[in-house]
Amino acid sequence: MPSTYTLISSNVLTGSAASVTFSAIPSTYTDLVLRISARTARAAVVDRIQVNVNSLTTAIYSMRGLLGDGSTASSNSDSAQTFANFVYTNGNTTTSNTFSTTELYLPNYAGSTNKVMSVVGATEDNATANYEYAGAHLIGTTSAISSITLTGLVSSFVSGSSFYLYGIKNS
Amino acid sequence: MEKIIVDCSTGESTIVALTPEEIAQLEADAKAAADLKAAEEAEAEAKAQAKADLLAKLGITEDEAKLLLG
Repeated sequence: MPSTYTLISSNVLTGSAASVTFSAIPSTYTDLVLRISARTARAAVVDRIQVNVNSLTTAIYSMRGLLGDGSTASSNSDSAQTFANFVYTNGNTTTSNTFSTTELYLPNYAGSTNKVMSVVGATEDNATANYEYAGAHLIGTTSAISSITLTGLVSSFVSGSSFYLYGIKNS
Repeated sequence: MEKIIVDCSTGESTIVALTPEEIAQLEADAKAAADLKAAEEAEAEAKAQAKADLLAKLGITEDEAKLLLG
């Protein structure tokens, strides 16, 4: 267990929002953990969360991941994209009042090397088809991460979606 | 459309209206995602059909094919 696991900031939506940004993230922690429980207004069972750091929208995001949909396992990959992709979330045709569960882990976020991010999560639905996913992301910036922006890829986040940012210290 | 900005130094959350440019970018991203999804689905459907056609040509079932390749 880490020495400290501190809630930095949080936001639970009371209305819809196209995106949620955590800004002015302190550089005093070792790692960051972002816990998301979200749903978007997309008329489908699944949508994606677009992740950007430091408002960077240049082609610096790459990933490799695994995806299961309840019957089939597959892999996916992306390179030189303008956002971290394949972070799935509930769409609006899933069972009412159900939200995806996702954790983003960013180790050494304030260091001077390129950044990595691991993603693990699942959409939630009272149905046979569901999405479980895990991804390893590379973000080509050597700057400390001071902001993280989460955007619904197709539609806005709905009320009740929650976002919790934690800082972990190793001492 | 609105976005939320959470200032971690103060803990305050601010609701900000999106600019027309931001809205246009969101709509472009959504269209690109939908187009990509449609292309992926079309490719998956084509692969499934090609597989089914090959099995029919060979006159074997999928289980028999797995047995042969196992």
